[in-house]
Formats: sequence, C-alpha cells, structure tokens
Amino acid sequence: MNSEAIMKIENIILRRGGVTVLDIPELHVKQGRIIAIIGPNGAGKSTLLLTMAGLLKPNYGKIYYRGNPVDSRASRSEMRRSISVVFQEPLLLNTSVYKNVALGLKFRHLTGSEIEKSVDESLEYFGISSLTKRSAKTLSGGEAKRVSLARAFALKPELIMMDEAFSSLDPPTRESLMEDLRHILEETKITAVMALHDREETLRLAQDVTVMAAGKIIQSGTTSQIFNQPDSEFVANFVGTESILEGTVSSCAEGHMVISVNGKVIEAVGDCSIGQKVYCCLRPENVTISGQAQGNTSARNVFEAKVSRVIRQGFFYKLTLDCGFPLVAYITMPSYDDLEITPGATVIASFKATAVHVIRRER
Amino acid sequence: MDLIVQGVIKAFELIISFDPEVMGITWLSLKISGTATFISLFIGVSIGTVVALTNFYGKRVVISLINTGMGLPPVVVGLFVTMMIWRSGPFGFLEILYTPYAMIIAQAIIATPIVMGISLAAIQNLPPNLRLQILSLGASRLQMVWVLIKEARLPLLAAVMAGFGGVISEIGASIMVGGNIKGYSRVLTTATVMETGKGNFDIAIALGIILLLVAFAINALLTQIQQRQHPR
Repeated sequence: MNSEAIMKIENIILRRGGVTVLDIPELHVKQGRIIAIIGPNGAGKSTLLLTMAGLLKPNYGKIYYRGNPVDSRASRSEMRRSISVVFQEPLLLNTSVYKNVALGLKFRHLTGSEIEKSVDESLEYFGISSLTKRSAKTLSGGEAKRVSLARAFALKPELIMMDEAFSSLDPPTRESLMEDLRHILEETKITAVMALHDREETLRLAQDVTVMAAGKIIQSGTTSQIFNQPDSEFVANFVGTESILEGTVSSCAEGHMVISVNGKVIEAVGDCSIGQKVYCCLRPENVTISGQAQGNTSARNVFEAKVSRVIRQGFFYKLTLDCGFPLVAYITMPSYDDLEITPGATVIASFKATAVHVIRRER
Repeated sequence: MDLIVQGVIKAFELIISFDPEVMGITWLSLKISGTATFISLFIGVSIGTVVALTNFYGKRVVISLINTGMGLPPVVVGLFVTMMIWRSGPFGFLEILYTPYAMIIAQAIIATPIVMGISLAAIQNLPPNLRLQILSLGASRLQMVWVLIKEARLPLLAAVMAGFGGVISEIGASIMVGGNIKGYSRVLTTATVMETGKGNFDIAIALGIILLLVAFAINALLTQIQQRQHPR
C-alpha cells in the first residue's frame, strides 16, 4: 500500500467536439499494483487509458511519470517507450506472428539476436511458441489476443495498459487467458492498468479499483474496499450487492473447502489448492436470519452476528451484519417484525456451503 | 474476312520475329509509362498518406479534388502540358515539347491522382486505433507512417496497377506532347493509331496485341504479389 506512484495525473480535462469526455482531478498508479478501471460503456475508460499512455493529449492537466512532468514531445515519447498498450482489438499487422511481436523491439533498433530472445521469451510466456511462423491473419480470436499481449510484454514495459483484455473471447478461452495473465503479471511484477467491465475479472486480477462514470472517477480504493464499502448508490449497483470476503483456503477435500476468513471458518464447495487466496462471494438473499441457533440445519455456515445497520429497501430490509467479517442479508418486513431486529441486536446468520461463490484472487 | 486473318497472321510474324521497329516501340512505351508510374507512386503515396493521416480545414474538399483528378481526361492534361512547355510558355525554355520527357510529365500528371486517391482510401481504411497501437509500441512518426504504408501494401499495389494501366493505354496526351516521332517518341498507342489510319492493319494488330500482353503481364505479376498469402 505504501508503494510509490509510478504515474500521477492531475486535473486532466479532455474535450471532444465541445463535450468533456474526461474530467479527472487526480489519479495515482502505484508501482507494482494491478489497477482495474471499471464502469459502464462510455464511461471514458479507454480514453483515460490512452491519455495516461500519452497517446491522447488532454486539453488541460498534468501527467507525471516517475515524478517527472510529461509536458514536451520528448518527455512524452520517452514515457511511451516505458509503457505498453494493449487495445481491445488485437490490431495485428498482416505479417507473421514473429514479426508482429518483434515490431516494438525493431523500433528500438535492437540487434537481431536481442529481438529474437525477447520475442521467443514472450511467445513462450503466453504459450504460443508454436504460432511463431503463422500468418497473423489466420489466427483465431484468442490466439490473436495472445499475440497482441505477447507483443506488449516483449518490450518489458514498466507499465502496461490493457483495454478490455478479455472482451469478445469465448468463456474457456477467456478463462485460460485470464489465468495465464494473472501468473505473468505476478511473475513479472509489471504495474498494470486494466479497463474491465466484468466483476469477476476485476476480483480475480485487480488489487486496486477505480470506478468511472461519464468521464469522472466515482470511487477509488482497494478491491475489497470498492466491493464491500461502495460509497455511493452508483458504485453499489455497479459492483453488485454481494458480500465479498477475503480468505485463504485452509483445507480442501472431495470438493469441500474450508476457508478461513478473518479468523472465522467458512465452508464452501469447490476445488482449490491449500493456501490459495480467494474471495468468497455471497448474495444477500442466500443468507438466512434467525433469532437463535436451530437444532438441525443443512446450512454449513452458522454465525452469531451483530446487526450493525438496517436499511429499508422497498418491501424488504437490507441488514449489514458483523460476524467477525462483514455480511449483508435481505429480510422481509414480516420477518423483521417477528424477529424484533434492531440495530445492535444479536442474531444468527446462516448460509449453505453451496451458496458461497469462490473466486481465486491475485497475491 | 481475309483482311483480318491475314492481318493476324502477319502480326504474329512480326511479334515472333522480334521486328526491331515493333520492339523499339514496345520498349519505349514501357520506359515512359513505367517511369511516369514510378514518379506518380512517390508523389501519390506520400500526399495521399499525409492527407489521410492529418486533419485540417477543408480536408473534404481536398479529397473530392483528388477523387475528381482520378478521372482527369488525358487530352486536357495534354493541352495543359503542351501550353506549359510551348516555346513561349512558362517552361518553354526547357525545350522538351515532342520529347519522351514531355510524355513522362504528362503521364505522371494523369497517374498521380489515381495513385493518390487509392492510397488515401487505403490508409483511411486501416483500423483507426492502429496508428495509436504502433505509436504505443514506441514508433517515431516516420516509423509509424512506414508501417502503415506497408500494412496497406495490397491496395497500394492496386494503385500501381491502376496508374500504370491508365497511362500505358492512354493516347491523347502522348500524341499531343510527344508528337509520335518515329524512333523517338512513338509508343504503342500512338503507333497503333497511325498504322490504322494508314491501313497497315497487320502492324496495328501486332501493336494492339503487344499492348494487351504488356498490360496483362504487368497486372498478372502484381496480382501474383498482391494475392500472395504467406507472410513475407
């Protein structure tokens, strides 16, 4: 958390045809972190990435790269050489995979053997060494995406910007690419800024999240801050109302996992290696509230909880509970009356192991 | 009927025997039109690329003008070039009227808008983010432009074909500024017109066949390059 900012932007205003498309008072990109920029379509995520990469010139505002202002042609092109950008579409040239990946290295006038080494290494990283000699135009969507990522990583950038890295890929392709990218980012420790629109992608990859809408930043924070403490209705709706708990898998056998969360133990269904860091996602409608512990229940997870907040939402109440970890539950109005719930009261919260959605997370 | 059959037979005899006069005319045609296309390629591709990649006031008007230029009537170009290099014209001191140089200039003027218009469309048709992607990989502006031109090579080859095809088969300007001087500025088209006028159908047919063969050979070669699927 105390790591230094590799990039800072201040008071950025970018207008297009009289419309302000970006209005960012401040944004820091911390060294070594993976930052997700999320928001609805047209929020300005791509524009922000391109501006940060020095490819779009804002009307006002300052960009600092490693503490130095980027305000001249020379400083901008110097910054550009430290940053790689991966666009939403693969944008490969009509030539071989090898030549595509070598492109950026050629611009840097490296020798043939240096280029070959970096290209081979990068292709290897993304598991596409076998495609080296293929023509880029004959690749499938997933392969092309990998080539475009390999081209960006071959430059060994200090910072990488990725715009919707997983869009328009079918689920299995997306899944394997996400997993590979996670490993590569972990291994290379490259700082990454990713425009994403999917909650699960965000949870799996990002450590910090910035939520955008209509060209403005709505909220910035760590992933769990954004998901658990959205500070506005907009963010809450966008990230969903699930409770998202950070935990570590402490045991796993035959599809039954035990996850420790804040010293408490949650049981869930799935398969994970022991020690794997995960998020446990729980929808509020799957949490049952009762006055006292019942004798027999199929719910594997039963916790004593203190009601910390009650919000009326239409025909039901939203309870924020403290069970040693934060938990959100919905309860109907009759149940609320029957159980005589008040803020500060102690209740029993239970949920089934099958209701816990487990997402593996980074670092 | 006899006229046509005899004409065709004699035409093939002329071609197969490598008749020196016919060969000389063919070679001159290739040299003049080739050089003119080459010149138009430089001017056309560079201006076409610049117009495609920059935004300026009146860009649409410029594009319309270029597209109009693609259909420039050769006789108008011939008239214009003739006046320019006429003894008392602004470039009269060059004394190049009725020389192959004048023909190259006129043909280059005809081919340039064709090459320019196709290059412009080719560069504009590349994905809009491709420029930014190339810049983000660390390219200088010049490197970026070069990569874009290489990426648009297939339609650019079409531009070369269209330009060359236009000028090798063109007659109006060539006869006006070249004068159809035997052994000096006589090319396939001007010779064909003259021989037909004289009733020498055999030579005219031979020249016509050669003109078709040249156009076909050049286009076949370029098509071969264009359609080559494997990466360079």
